Amino acid sequence: MATQTSTRIRVFLAGLRALLVLTVILGIAYPLAMTGLAQVAFPDQADGSKVKVDGKEVGSSLIGQSFDLRDAEGNSTGPDPKWFQPRPSAGSYDPLASGASNYGPENLEFIQLVKDRKAAVAEFNGVTPEQVPADAVTASGSGLDPHISEAYALIQVDRVAKERGLDPAAVRKLVEEHVQGRVIGILGEERVNVLDLNIALQKAAAAK
Amino acid sequence: MSSTVAGILQISLLIAVLAAVHRPFGDYMAKVYTSDKHTRPEKWIYKAIGANPDSGQRWGIYLRSVLAFSMFSMLGLYALLRFQDKLPWSLGFQPMKADQAFNTAASFTANTNWQSYSGESAVGHMVQMAGLTVQNFVSAAVGMAVAVALIRGFVRVRSGEIGNFWVDLVRGTVRILLPIAVIGTIVLVASGTLQNLADPHTVTTLDGGTQAITGGPVASQEVIKLAGTNGGGFYNANSAHPFENPNAFTNLFEIFLILVIPFSLPRAFGTMVGSAKQGYAILGAMFAIWFVAVVLMTWTEMHGNGTALEIAGGAMEGKEQRFGVPGSSLFATSTTMTSTGAVNSFHSSFTGLGGGITLLGMMLGEISPGGVGSGLYGMLIMAILAVFVAGLMVGRTPEYLGKKIGAGEMKIVALYILVVPATILTMTGIALALPGERASILNSDSPHGLSEVLYAYTSGANNNGSAFAGLSANTEYFNTTIGFAMLIGRFVTIALVLALAGRLAEQRQVPETVGTLKTHRPLFVGTLVGVILIVTGLTYFPSLALGPLAEGLA
Repeated sequence: MATQTSTRIRVFLAGLRALLVLTVILGIAYPLAMTGLAQVAFPDQADGSKVKVDGKEVGSSLIGQSFDLRDAEGNSTGPDPKWFQPRPSAGSYDPLASGASNYGPENLEFIQLVKDRKAAVAEFNGVTPEQVPADAVTASGSGLDPHISEAYALIQVDRVAKERGLDPAAVRKLVEEHVQGRVIGILGEERVNVLDLNIALQKAAAAK
Repeated sequence: MSSTVAGILQISLLIAVLAAVHRPFGDYMAKVYTSDKHTRPEKWIYKAIGANPDSGQRWGIYLRSVLAFSMFSMLGLYALLRFQDKLPWSLGFQPMKADQAFNTAASFTANTNWQSYSGESAVGHMVQMAGLTVQNFVSAAVGMAVAVALIRGFVRVRSGEIGNFWVDLVRGTVRILLPIAVIGTIVLVASGTLQNLADPHTVTTLDGGTQAITGGPVASQEVIKLAGTNGGGFYNANSAHPFENPNAFTNLFEIFLILVIPFSLPRAFGTMVGSAKQGYAILGAMFAIWFVAVVLMTWTEMHGNGTALEIAGGAMEGKEQRFGVPGSSLFATSTTMTSTGAVNSFHSSFTGLGGGITLLGMMLGEISPGGVGSGLYGMLIMAILAVFVAGLMVGRTPEYLGKKIGAGEMKIVALYILVVPATILTMTGIALALPGERASILNSDSPHGLSEVLYAYTSGANNNGSAFAGLSANTEYFNTTIGFAMLIGRFVTIALVLALAGRLAEQRQVPETVGTLKTHRPLFVGTLVGVILIVTGLTYFPSLALGPLAEGLA
C-alpha cells in the first residue's frame, strides 16, 4: 500500500519535472539557438525583409501597405491616385491587427460591399466593372497581402500614368517587369508586389 | 499555364514527395519507439525527470503519467499567461484574463490550438517560446506516444505492459520532432520567415503614413506548429501572415510538414506489427479520403459559387494572392483533415460547399490522415469497428491483427466513437439556445450562422483549432465551454485508447486461419472507408444539412 502511494506520487512529480526539463530544452535553448543561427546565416530574412529607399526603411517587401492621401495628422482620406493600389484589407494594413473579414459568401452586408468596391474600383481607374478582377474587390486572409494580380495592376496603368504625367506605355512596361511568375512554374499564382512596383514608379517619375 | 493545371501539378508534386519520404521516415519512427538503447542526453533527461526508462508500464500507470504531465503542462502555461507582464520579452502586454488563459492553456495542452486571442496583440515573445512552442512539441509527442502504446497492445502477448510513457515522450520529442524543427526552421528562415526577438518598430511608409513592423521568433514556432499538427499561429492571421508563410514555396513546404508525420505513421505501424501490408491498408484509407477531399475542395473553390463570390469574380475573399485558390484549397483540406487547424486562408469566406468540406474533415474524427499519433489511433479504432461489422455479417468472432475483438473491446470502441459527437452536438445545441451567445455570431442572416457555432465546437472537440472566425469566441461562455470540449475530446479519448491497449496486450495471440478476415486487402480498405462515412454521416448529417449544405445549395 505504502509503495503504491509512493509510486503514485513519483509519477505525479515526474510530470512536473518533465515539463521543467523540456521547457528549458524546447522553450529556451531551441528558439534562442535558432534565432542566433538565423541572425548569422540569414540576417535579411530573419529581420523581416526590410525595404529601404535612399537608406531609409519604408517597410517590408513581405507586408503590404496603404497608398492613401493623408491629411495633416497623417490620417487616410482615401486612395491616392498617384500610386498603384493594393487589395482591400480587413485591418487597414496594420500589422498589429492582422486577419480577415470572415464574411460568408451569402452575407448581405458582404454582397453589398463587393458591389460597392467593384463600382468604386471601376470608376477610380476609368474601366468597366467587367475588367475589375476578383483580388481588387476581396480582402486577403492576412489583411497584409503585399501582392495584387497582374490584371489589377494593368487596369491601374492609365490612371497612374495620367496622374504622374508619364507615358502609359512606360508605366505598363514597369508593371510587366514586376510580374512574378509561379514558384518553379507551378506553385501559387502570378502576382505583382505593390510596394516594389511603387518604388520603381517613384524612381521613374523622379527621373523624368 | 492555367491555375487549374498548375494546381494539379502542385498536388502531384506534394504526393510524390510524401510517397518518397514516408517509407524511410516511417521505418525510422518504428526504430525510435522499439530500440532499447538510450542516448546519453536522453539518460540525463530521465535522471532529471526521476523516471526509470527501462521499466514497463501497465495502461493505468501509462495513463496516469500522461495525465500528470498534461496537467502540469496546462498549469504551467496558465501561469505563464497570467504572469506574462513579469517575464522578459513580454512587449509590455498585460496578463491574459482568467477565462481566456484557461481556454488557451487547455487548447495548447490538448494539441488543439484554438485561439480566442490575437497573437500580435496579446502574447509576448517569452510566452510564445517557453509556453506555446513547448506545448507544440510535447502535446504532439503525447499523441504519438499514445498511438505507439496502442500498437504495442496489438504486438504484445499476455503482457499487459504497453511501454514507458516517459521514454516515448522524450524520444518522440528529441529524436523525431526536434530534428524536423531544426531543419524546418532553417528552410523557412532562408525563404523569408521571421526569426528575431525584436519589439515592433514604426516606419514611415511611401505615402507618408506609418506602419508598425513586428518582430518575433516566428520560424522556430511555425515549423513545430505544423509538424506537430498544432496550428496555433504566432500572429492572428496564422499561416496567411506573410511573416509566417512568405511565399508559395513555403506554403507547399508547410503543407508537407503538416502531412509528413501523419502519413508516415502507418508505415511505422506496419513495421511494428510485422506486416507492412497492414500499414498500407490504413494508409490507403487515410489517403483515399484526403485525396477525394482535396479534389472536391479545389473544384468548388475554383468554381467560386456563392452570391458575393460570383459578383467578385472568384473566391478570393480571405485568400492570399501569392497562394491563389489551389494553394489555399490544398492547405485548407490538409489542415482540417489532420487536426492541425493552421490556416493560410479563412474558411468562413470559402464557398458553402468548401466550408462544408472543412467541417466534414474534422467530423470524420481527424483520421484522414489525422493529427500526429491521434490520427493513427483514431483510424485503428475505426478499423476495429470495421472488423466488428464485417464479423457480424459473416457470423464470426471478429479479430484484428491476431487479437480477439470481444464485448469489452467493443464497449471501449463505442464509447470512443460517441464521446466527441455527443460533446459537439450537445454544446452546439446549448449555445444556440442561449440568446446572449447567439449574439456572438457574425453572419447571422444565413445558415452560415449555425455553421459558425457548429464549427467552433467541432474544431475544439476534435482538437483541430481552426475557426469559422466570424464567431466572436472570446467570451467567458465560449472560452470556458470550448476549453472543456477540447479537454474532453483529447483526454477522455486518450484514456479509452490506453484502456483498449492494456486489454489487447493481455490477450494471447489468435492464430490466423482460412476464416480470418484479411485486413490488408482493398476490400477491407473499402469497408473501412464506408464504415467511417456511414458513422460520421449518420451522426452529423442533420447539422450539416442545416448549415453548409443549405448555404451551398441556396
